[in-house]
Amino acid sequence: MIPAIGLSLGIIIGLLLQPAVPVWLQPYLPIAVIAALDAVFGAVRAILDGIFDDKVFVVSFLSNVVVAAFIVFLGDKLGVGSQLSTGVVVVLGVRIFSNVAAIRRHLFDA
Amino acid sequence: MTEQQPPPPRPTSGPPQPSPLLFEALQAPGPTDPDPADDSAEKPGPAETPQRAWHRLLRAGAPRLTRANVLAMVLAGALGFAIIVQVRQTSLEGLDNLREDELVRIFAQVDHDGQRLADEIRGLQSSVDLLESQSTNDAEAQRAARERLEALGILAGTLPATGPGIVLTISDPDSKVDAPTILDTVQELRDAGAEAIQIGDVRVVADTWFADTDRGMSVSGVEVRPPYVIRAIGDANTLAGAMEIPGGVTATVRRAGGDTDVQIQQEVTIDALLTPTPPQYARPVPTPTPTP
Repeated sequence: MIPAIGLSLGIIIGLLLQPAVPVWLQPYLPIAVIAALDAVFGAVRAILDGIFDDKVFVVSFLSNVVVAAFIVFLGDKLGVGSQLSTGVVVVLGVRIFSNVAAIRRHLFDA
Repeated sequence: MTEQQPPPPRPTSGPPQPSPLLFEALQAPGPTDPDPADDSAEKPGPAETPQRAWHRLLRAGAPRLTRANVLAMVLAGALGFAIIVQVRQTSLEGLDNLREDELVRIFAQVDHDGQRLADEIRGLQSSVDLLESQSTNDAEAQRAARERLEALGILAGTLPATGPGIVLTISDPDSKVDAPTILDTVQELRDAGAEAIQIGDVRVVADTWFADTDRGMSVSGVEVRPPYVIRAIGDANTLAGAMEIPGGVTATVRRAGGDTDVQIQQEVTIDALLTPTPPQYARPVPTPTPTP
């Protein structure tokens, strides 16, 4: 409930402020968003599994974002930024799907 | 993928996977999977019902002011903020993240548009040049026609004229100065280069005629009485000299008992006008219009 409120609050603030993404952040923000989404779905699944730990959630959220950004940064430096970004998005997307599948099994038993 | 069973819990102890294949990564639980040590204690059994799962989710989502909820709210807020920012950024971006073939297509389109617009510019420019030259020609022709109209108007007596010239006054106390004398005077003035002549109030043009009458003379049917005042526009000194030629106008008038007076003026005004009558028989020979 409270995380949902926080999500709505962040969306509203973003809509109101309408900030521009700094240039140095532009390649990393999309990947960071995907990584954070992966962490959130992982957290929901952990709740349903009964193994949710707030410390783990915070650390995994932040480390997911940082690692994803670092991979993209490294890919940019190596000249394979776009390919590596695609790879990260694929991996994170597959993880999100598997987490959503686990959540679905818990909630709907199907 | 979605039909796969939940991944088995990792072994509580053991070496880490030496080479985590993609398959392993896909199968791995979310990033919140706790330490393997906690797993065995809290891992729910497969017999858990959906009702219990819902209950657990509701209990976790209940608004409790715990550290976990505050952190979750902050992180979720940051996530929402980032999502909105990125969505807006993506909608603002132009050509940056287009693929190569799309860029080539856009480039070809722009190139095609540029060529089409350049052709249009050329066509319009040629139209502008054409219209400008036409208007220049029109203005030139109009100016020439106006000059021609003025010259012909002065010749035909339909326009007043002004300029340097002389005013010749012929006094005739004995009424001996006859029409031929005046005609000779006009001829003499024409020879001397007079461009416009007026006798009394009558303009002298090509078809002006003179006839003697009882008390003076008739100039094209208008009675003019002495003294005869003749105005002529031309080179004033030449005109005045032409009047003084031996055996000329002055001598003839004096022989008839009259006298002449020539005044050179810088500004002689000839304001008598004639209304031209269209010729009854003569027709202009049609000439081909000169083409520019």
